[in-house]
Amino acid sequence: MTEAAVAREEAPQEEDIAVKDTAIPESTDMTTETETDSRTHGISLEHLGRGRQKLSLEQEETCLDIKDLNLYYGEKQALFGINMPIPKKRVTAFIGPSGCGKSTLLRSLNRMNDLVDSCRIEGQVMHDEQDIYHKKVDVSDLRRRVGMVFQKPNPFPKSIYENVAYGLRIQGINKRRVLDETVEWALKGAALWEEVKDRLHESALGLSGGQQQRLVIARTIAVKPEVLLLDEPASALDPISTLKIEELINELKDRFTIVIVTHNMQQAARVSDYTAFMYMGQLIEFGDTDTIFTNPREKKTEDYITGRYG
Amino acid sequence: MPVDMNSDLNQHISQQFNSELEELRSQLLAMGGAVEKQVSDAIESLIEADSDLALSVRAKDDDVNFMEVSIDEEAARILARRQPAASDLRLVIACTKASTDLERIGDEAAKIARFSMELAEHGEAPRGYVEARHIGTHVRRMVQDALNAFARFDADMALAVAQEDKNVDREYRSAMRELVTYMMEDPRAISRVLNIMWVLRSLERIGDHARNIAEYVIYLVKGTDVRHIGLKRMKAEVFDRSSTEA
Repeated sequence: MTEAAVAREEAPQEEDIAVKDTAIPESTDMTTETETDSRTHGISLEHLGRGRQKLSLEQEETCLDIKDLNLYYGEKQALFGINMPIPKKRVTAFIGPSGCGKSTLLRSLNRMNDLVDSCRIEGQVMHDEQDIYHKKVDVSDLRRRVGMVFQKPNPFPKSIYENVAYGLRIQGINKRRVLDETVEWALKGAALWEEVKDRLHESALGLSGGQQQRLVIARTIAVKPEVLLLDEPASALDPISTLKIEELINELKDRFTIVIVTHNMQQAARVSDYTAFMYMGQLIEFGDTDTIFTNPREKKTEDYITGRYG
Repeated sequence: MPVDMNSDLNQHISQQFNSELEELRSQLLAMGGAVEKQVSDAIESLIEADSDLALSVRAKDDDVNFMEVSIDEEAARILARRQPAASDLRLVIACTKASTDLERIGDEAAKIARFSMELAEHGEAPRGYVEARHIGTHVRRMVQDALNAFARFDADMALAVAQEDKNVDREYRSAMRELVTYMMEDPRAISRVLNIMWVLRSLERIGDHARNIAEYVIYLVKGTDVRHIGLKRMKAEVFDRSSTEA
């Protein structure tokens, strides 16, 4: 064998090392390429929340900004100095054990706690540079902009059509054409149109639980809110209806900011972009869902999501 | 979050989940032990020209393959039934990935055994045994350390293993150079020297696989994927994190 052969023996080794070192920049290039590629299909990977690019709170536009929120039920303090931005047009999930304050926090985002007599709130929730707890704020207008869906489907004992049109009628919209259009739009948005289009004037109570829940979501989005608050929207539903609701959340997040409370951690992992873990009234950790579920920063979060003794 | 996994592994509310994860981990370590034995037997069969030992190494490769399958089965079952998260998820992923590398190490050991049989039957190579023994001891220790790091969730030890791979590569290259020179001097020995070169190549590959396993250990303990980023960055990531925690 000649000197050249010796050189050839060595060459591949060095190439190996070179490839290892440059692997990272190469893969970043690939990400940007796939992104531009995906635009040709009219879809941005980023908005699917499934791109390889990591989400980061710093890059998000804030929709609701919770500042130093303390909440008391009588003497008992339920929330302790919560500070967090709710990113716009993203799905934010609150997880945590029962009684940790996640539903309380969700309800404080559209002032549902006003209905509880002993409830007292300190701090601010900023929406469009306006504190929603300011005296000037019209609560019913706030609730139109920040809609809420509860654990149990609560359709009104009216027809399917009237359920969805209800919010519009309250606003004084009675034009048949506008109503028809909005009802169709909302039912399509809630992925229910195909199932009910032939029986719009039958009672909503005749729908299945999963359909009722989607009807309630349609009713909520019919008034075109900016934020959707979902309080365990799928906990009373069977797995298939649950999947439909989750799919719906994924579709709706292009148009609305969504905040969801769930006991089901896998559900939070599936649907959300950002996850907040709460424990004993405190916000323990808030970050992008991928990080929370693969490599959380806090021990308490780790213990909770892996099902260990807290 | 890096956790003290030794004490945390048994802390799940579900005892069944505890035992499933423990089972997976002990299966992997058992496989590691078996593979380690395969490597050292293969090297010994070469040095001692013991073709019986070499034959038994080749026969046992099937056991190793079977262990890989059973680890992957267990891991798939845990993923399907428990939907593990965070450190549990990383443990399951690290186990399946490490089992692949262990299986490859087993394959390399079987290859070494094949060449040592050939050398034992058709005459020994005039050179290369010192190098094979030396590199062999080296990579065997790397495999051992990588497995110990896995057993103890020791990221620092894993980092040391990853760094060690560079030395093996260097030794491998210098041995190659020497053997090539020897072949040029004595072309009659080429076929026998080539056999020992393949052995060295396999040993070097074993070092690479040990490094891979060490990288999974770092992922498992620290939560950072350190593959393909180079030793310097790997070190920075592992140590930066430990210093912020301290």
